[in-house]
Amino acid sequence: MRLRLFGGRVVDPANGIDAPLDLWIAGGHIAAVGAAPDGFQAEREIDVSGHIVCPGLVDLRAHLREPGAEHKATIASETAAAVSGGITTLCCPPDTDPVVDTPAVATLIQRRAQKAGLARVRPLGALTQGLKGTHLSEMGALKAAGCVGVSNARQPLSNTLVMRRAMEYAATHDLTVFLHAEDPSLRNNGCVHEGQVSTRLGLPGIPEAAETVAVARDLALIRQTGVRAHFCQLSTAEAVRMVARAQYDGLPVTADVSAHHLHLTEIDLGFFDSQCHVQPPLRTERDRDALRAALAKGTLSAICSDHQPHESDAKLRPFAETAAGLSGLETLLPLSLRMVEEGVMPLREVIARLSQQPARLLGLKAGTLGAGAAADVCVFDPEAYWELDKRTLISRGHNTPFMGWQLKGRVNWTLFKGKIVFERGAR
Amino acid sequence: MMSRNLQLDEQGRLRHFLSIEGLKRALLVDILDLAESFAGVTEQTVKKVPLLRGKTIVNLFFESSTRTRTTFELAAKRLSADVLNLNITVSAATKGETLLDTLRNLEAMHCDMFVVRHADSGAAHFIAEHVAPHVHVINAGDGRHAHPTQAMLDMFTIRRVKGEFAPLTVAIVGDILHSRVARSQIHALTTLGVNEVRVIGPKTLIPAEVETLGVHVFHDLRAGLQGADVVIALRLQNERMQGALLPSEHEYFQLYGLTEDKLAAAKPDAIVMHPGPINRGVEMASDVADGPRSVILQQVTHGIAVRMAVMAMAMGTVPLGEGKAA
Repeated sequence: MRLRLFGGRVVDPANGIDAPLDLWIAGGHIAAVGAAPDGFQAEREIDVSGHIVCPGLVDLRAHLREPGAEHKATIASETAAAVSGGITTLCCPPDTDPVVDTPAVATLIQRRAQKAGLARVRPLGALTQGLKGTHLSEMGALKAAGCVGVSNARQPLSNTLVMRRAMEYAATHDLTVFLHAEDPSLRNNGCVHEGQVSTRLGLPGIPEAAETVAVARDLALIRQTGVRAHFCQLSTAEAVRMVARAQYDGLPVTADVSAHHLHLTEIDLGFFDSQCHVQPPLRTERDRDALRAALAKGTLSAICSDHQPHESDAKLRPFAETAAGLSGLETLLPLSLRMVEEGVMPLREVIARLSQQPARLLGLKAGTLGAGAAADVCVFDPEAYWELDKRTLISRGHNTPFMGWQLKGRVNWTLFKGKIVFERGAR
Repeated sequence: MMSRNLQLDEQGRLRHFLSIEGLKRALLVDILDLAESFAGVTEQTVKKVPLLRGKTIVNLFFESSTRTRTTFELAAKRLSADVLNLNITVSAATKGETLLDTLRNLEAMHCDMFVVRHADSGAAHFIAEHVAPHVHVINAGDGRHAHPTQAMLDMFTIRRVKGEFAPLTVAIVGDILHSRVARSQIHALTTLGVNEVRVIGPKTLIPAEVETLGVHVFHDLRAGLQGADVVIALRLQNERMQGALLPSEHEYFQLYGLTEDKLAAAKPDAIVMHPGPINRGVEMASDVADGPRSVILQQVTHGIAVRMAVMAMAMGTVPLGEGKAA
């Protein structure tokens, strides 16, 4: 379909554009931004005045639960939720069942996504076979099957020699290693940040050092092996400071933050609110402020959802026995936009950390509205207020601590490869 | 969802008794006053009052306990309630039934009150959030979080011996990290307005940022006992003796075990308390446990009156603040 989006403000950090311009789409690609291409006959013209037109968002980490946990969600159900939140590219971690340690599983995930046809889904491959931390996975084959990086997900890799070898082998294949920095011994049986709230509620705590010890070890190995590495979801001020220093020293290291860690702290646990049971845990106000500052500065180059949909029973237990994680696809954009509202960073920077930057981390040609790029487009009303309500959530997972929050900024159209995959009111 | 205080009804009356945190001083004093009136009942030859006649109370114990369960059972019987003891560790939980399903089944039997002990912090709050509106929940110990009736019987004992809370310095000695008793005592003591609460123990047994609860931390026993009016020793679970928390029982007793010699640092009329059961020669020497400062057995006796008071208040069968029932 040949489309013209007119009247909107185009914000495309990848091309340095922030201006009221028309967007012209044909054959699934961006035909032009600004003036109409010669002889362009639009089959449909959409009036997007009052809206921001930006690249389809790229989510660095979304657990889509397929294969293996289809009782929680499926690729089809969650990509539908993603596009309602403006996300057109999702990277999923390898801790599915079976694990993404063979090309067959990587292929299956991408095929399921293609069949749903709503968004691009690319897996990370397992760093070690079965994520068991002992044998390297066949990274060459995983890369050939479409994996955009390798990771041991949240499974601890406590043998430092295996970690070194895995980094060397990933570097051989020019694969980025995605690291979840947490020392399993220090984490012990913790489920919340170790501090005043864990003390008050009597819940086993996860100390700050569980993160910093792992970051320090991994940084030493990155220095030694020269691998390109990315720290997923840093949660402490101290870890962010260590990564900033490593970047300053020229190490090939990047890092991201999840949207909820920009807003919530340990205090939000109240009296055992299991919706706030997340990994890494919600930390202190000081940590949250440091994450915001590091995001503005660029030490943290992407915001992810760390989407983890659960069936309702998973949260209906005493706190420590509940499943960790929240359903985050539909709140990723509005929670990120609050960074503009609260004066942390300008809009184009927020958009960059949701599109251009994560796309670059994954080595994908997404997150841009440049002529010739796939027409993945997110169109949102930046002034629209709405309340998060479980009746209107599209994700199968209704587990979110943001239920009932007044959010600002709402997606009204999403295009994937030039096709309208979401249009509010048209469902 | 969590903004309102789950423990109170719209009129600010006690509905559930889950933790001391969030309860006002006046309410704690009401509990103590009512317990005082029940203390008389337990000393009479006919030890019953008809306040909870026709009510069914379930002792729902997911973790074994002899003392707490027995005193709750006695308290309920002296209020003329019917009591059902359920030891869930050996029934439903082992068959894979969820906590919520267990609750639903008991509710279907028209029970009026659950007295809950569970190994998970927050279990009593969880249950209180999900029970039917007519059911009341009393926390008899949840994980490391709270044991509010124990704390209240300790306050009752302190008040009986010392009279006023305001001038007191109270030292709590031992495994603060794993102790639900200590957490509840700290909240109760600070709410009742004692002069100072101290916690004493090695760094491995003191929880992070415990100062935020309003206590002073000591790692040296003699320094911590200096001028104390009340000394509370906590039970040290045997399993804490292994692993990386403590080197040995011997060293623990040397450094933190209460002896007459070390207690010389406290005030001459200082009392010694322990929630039981005692490890003699670990938390304290036998001559201290059995000596003139010890009020440990009085604590047990007071447990019945205090639990009667909490049950009667939560069930709404006594007017608030007046011990008319006795």
